[in-house]
Amino acid sequence: MADQPQVIEREQSEQIIAPGYTFATVTDQISATVLTKHTSLFWFGGFMAGVMLLGVFLLGVTVLFAKGTGIWGIRTPVMWGFAITNFVWWIGIGHAGTLISAILLLLNQRWRNSINRFAEAMTLFAVACAGMFPVLHLGRPWLMFWLFPYPNTMNIEPNFRSPLVWDVFAVSTYATVSLLFWFVGLIPDLGTLRDRAGHRGLKMAYGLLAMGWRGSARHWSVYETASLLLAGVATPLVLSVHTVVSFDFTIAIVPGWHSTFFPPYFVAGAIYSGFAMVLALAIPLRKAYHLEGLITDKHLDNAAKVMLATGLIVAYAYLLELFNAWYSGDVYEMQAFWHRMTGPYAADYWFLVACNIISPNFLWIKKVRYSPVLLFISSIVVLVGMWLERYMIIVSSLAQDYLPSSWGLFHGTRWDWATYLGTIGLFLFMFFLFIRALPMISIFEVRTLLPQAKVAKEVKG
Amino acid sequence: MTNAVYGVMAEFDTPTDLVNAARAAHQRGYRKLDAYSPFPIEELSDVLHLHRNKLPLIVLIGGLIGGLTGYLLQYYVTVIHYPINIAGRPLHSWPSYIIITFELTILFASLSAVVGLLALCGLPMPYHPVFNVPRFALASNDRFFLCIEAADPMFDRKQTSEFLGTLAPREVSEVAE
Repeated sequence: MADQPQVIEREQSEQIIAPGYTFATVTDQISATVLTKHTSLFWFGGFMAGVMLLGVFLLGVTVLFAKGTGIWGIRTPVMWGFAITNFVWWIGIGHAGTLISAILLLLNQRWRNSINRFAEAMTLFAVACAGMFPVLHLGRPWLMFWLFPYPNTMNIEPNFRSPLVWDVFAVSTYATVSLLFWFVGLIPDLGTLRDRAGHRGLKMAYGLLAMGWRGSARHWSVYETASLLLAGVATPLVLSVHTVVSFDFTIAIVPGWHSTFFPPYFVAGAIYSGFAMVLALAIPLRKAYHLEGLITDKHLDNAAKVMLATGLIVAYAYLLELFNAWYSGDVYEMQAFWHRMTGPYAADYWFLVACNIISPNFLWIKKVRYSPVLLFISSIVVLVGMWLERYMIIVSSLAQDYLPSSWGLFHGTRWDWATYLGTIGLFLFMFFLFIRALPMISIFEVRTLLPQAKVAKEVKG
Repeated sequence: MTNAVYGVMAEFDTPTDLVNAARAAHQRGYRKLDAYSPFPIEELSDVLHLHRNKLPLIVLIGGLIGGLTGYLLQYYVTVIHYPINIAGRPLHSWPSYIIITFELTILFASLSAVVGLLALCGLPMPYHPVFNVPRFALASNDRFFLCIEAADPMFDRKQTSEFLGTLAPREVSEVAE
């Protein structure tokens, strides 16, 4: 192309990769976590925790199928309860992966190269967990295909004017695009694993998935275009998904839900909890696999800063929510927030304020951002806080809306908890299988971070 | 071709060497050549003139088809196939179609990006002659290869090998067909 795209070389701080790495050592270190006969105790521990919780999930789902959604705490008027809380929580967590892989790619933030792979895997598995809940919540989950438009003998169709149907399209598109993006990113690394695997069966398996990738310059040039285009379409997608999720609330006229700032508020909250999950995964992983040279303190620092910024947006949204309720002059709106702060769920509300508004402010301190242990704790606190936020929005608004005669409280039963903890098990189960079978850090993208990867300028002619 | 070679291949240690060699080969007049590297090298696309490809067009067409599919699907269902009159509101309620139209645009665009990528690269390709070079396994690790193919009109088994030898490679080898 005559007008070649101008690549703006950002000043990169030295710390995004430890000094002393070569192409070969990067390849060796990352592929060794997969191509080894030795399975670490850390892996077994995490995987077994996942399997046990997955068992809890299967038990919970079996009882649910046998007895129906009555085993959960959902009663009129609170029919959404845990299921939708968990759905929004998991979907939100997924957003950080797409943000890292797509938005930071477009913004030329090269530090993303060493964390995007497992963050995208996190997205994929979080969306899988999220997808469980609306389906299980249907009551007759085996009829879930009714959600999609298809020619049928009943001669009925889904209601395209309903945000719940929009959600079906948004979430299934999100899951598909995340999978595609993740797989395209894996192809060159699968080629590396194919070339390095010793066992013939492994070679075949990775070779099949790599589809004959050979690192040709012709392929790389198309590949780079494809990555940029996928990032370009994934960026509006990720913003739209949580927007559509927030429409599930705002389109309804329930007090506390019906407001126009929900989309940005939800997107910020999603990225907030997603980065918390990225940190909660990255910190133990880099410790267990000795990846401190690739996932450096600088990465944790950057992720913590994103968490702080989005946390402040969320805090602003909480204040704005209160202001809007007061400014609307609507007695039901005001009552809804008054109930949150002083009503039966007040303890949850103030706990969530402590988790989401007060706790991130510790991240202003550089010492905290550079201390993996404190960061890990703070990310777990945020994950809890963000779960409570969704719980608060859903449960407190539904429990006490317009008519006091139709008020009713919600409390999670043990089956609610079993299903929720169970999906954490499902997540861990899939995530640990992923880190055992596929490189958790993008090998070829980390190679480009090395100083050796720069082509020395040469006078043409 | 009388001889059963796919081409000759030179191995280099650094991306700079590979880019210089590719530039030299291109200036010499070789056109059927390909470079292999363990990561994308922007400058390599420059010297081999690879910046133009059809993928953006494919993705654009995919996205447009997706958007049209989304809109027409909803229009067909809500206006023609299953119209519901709710207090006389218009059947063609386009604002509520926007989201699914958008989602299907994205879905079709990204599916066509991936299918287009594979199609333009000719993948999956179970067999390729370059893998016959034993050291080529390092192309996915830390080595850089330049292959001048026998299909090139200027290709001559001996001369091309000698030419590659002048580019300070680590090794030059023939690629069996």
